[in-house]
Amino acid sequence: MNPLFATVRRDVLLALRRKSEVLTAVFFFVIVTSLFPLGIGPEPVLLKKIAPGILWVAALLATLLGLPRLFAADHLDGTLEQMALSPSPLGLLVAGKILAHWLLCGLPLVLLAPVLGLQFDLDPSALGILTLALLLGTPLLSLIGAIGAALTLGVRGGGVLLALLVLPLYIPALIFGAGAVEAHIAGLDVGGHLSLLAAMLVLATFFAPWATTAALRVALE
Amino acid sequence: MLKVSGLACSRGERRLFSDVDFSLGTGEWLHVQGANGAGKTSLMRLLVGLSPADAGEIRWRGETAPSTEFRRDLIYLGHHAAVKEDLTPLENLRLAAALDGIVLDERSALAALIRLGLRGRENLPVRVLSAGQKRRVLLARLLTRPAVLWVLDEAFNALDVGAVKLLGELIAEHLGNQGMAVLTSHQPLPVPGGKALVL
Repeated sequence: MNPLFATVRRDVLLALRRKSEVLTAVFFFVIVTSLFPLGIGPEPVLLKKIAPGILWVAALLATLLGLPRLFAADHLDGTLEQMALSPSPLGLLVAGKILAHWLLCGLPLVLLAPVLGLQFDLDPSALGILTLALLLGTPLLSLIGAIGAALTLGVRGGGVLLALLVLPLYIPALIFGAGAVEAHIAGLDVGGHLSLLAAMLVLATFFAPWATTAALRVALE
Repeated sequence: MLKVSGLACSRGERRLFSDVDFSLGTGEWLHVQGANGAGKTSLMRLLVGLSPADAGEIRWRGETAPSTEFRRDLIYLGHHAAVKEDLTPLENLRLAAALDGIVLDERSALAALIRLGLRGRENLPVRVLSAGQKRRVLLARLLTRPAVLWVLDEAFNALDVGAVKLLGELIAEHLGNQGMAVLTSHQPLPVPGGKALVL
């Protein structure tokens, strides 16, 4: 089996044995996005206006919840060391871990977003754009987050540091992701927003596993 | 095959060791000795390429290590359990092999676990096993992963009398098959021959 898919399989299997870790992030996303319509009350115009921003910010924070654990457990029990010494390239194994993180943490958000978007009175075409933007954006969040998780590995109080490090880097994804839905609601073309998100995703796919690997090697020294 | 020359390592301001030289040929093993804090684990981590040396070089088959070739020939078992608590011993072995790009069928994995005395434990989650049994799951990798150089750091810890004897036999077998080993331990090891390196 290809080492990349072996890593994905391993991490998904581990997550299924310990479901609470995955479900925490998903429930966080559901609850935070549901609190806003409840708090603001039945004001469809306002809700529709704030919907893209709220769904995207909630997705950023939900992704952030699982990040500290991305490498910490493997670092603690020594399996990360074994990965670094494996004949398979560490970059490939790291890419597998990031892919698994997206499957477990990002993909559920993409699938839930259209349902949660209904609370904000978004019409079906806006929901479609929202889902598409999240589909392009959430892998980007996992990729950028992995760099932060590797850099803060083994640091005391790393969770807070990780948020401070990673959240500013999420700003471009937030602007173009939420911007795509806002543009669609305003009746503008969304091609530009989505193309920029896709371009950032391609860039991160090549750059992030490499940067993460370099940071992990430093953390293991 | 393995040639180490002028190796030096310091932690902060303190020099742990310097000018460590040794070489190992097929069928030979090295016993690294030293008091607590003398730098045995640091030497092991340096040797396998987990941390960079201050000075000196490591050559494997004439090439500068660490390289992919070196990692293919190497197995390193350190202080960590390096097994996943939520997986069974069988899954641990097979997934570890898959990460290394090796296909390990269930029968060979099972045979390795039985050799290590884990018959009947292969489908229990590792977290319910004792410390010694977890160690045995890790040691089963010595049988399932083909490697020439075994680097074992305190591998005899937490093992009972029978397992110490078994590991001694495994190492002797490995050396008999043109293998090499570098071991650290505070106890005298049940393996004949061997060079000694005191830090």
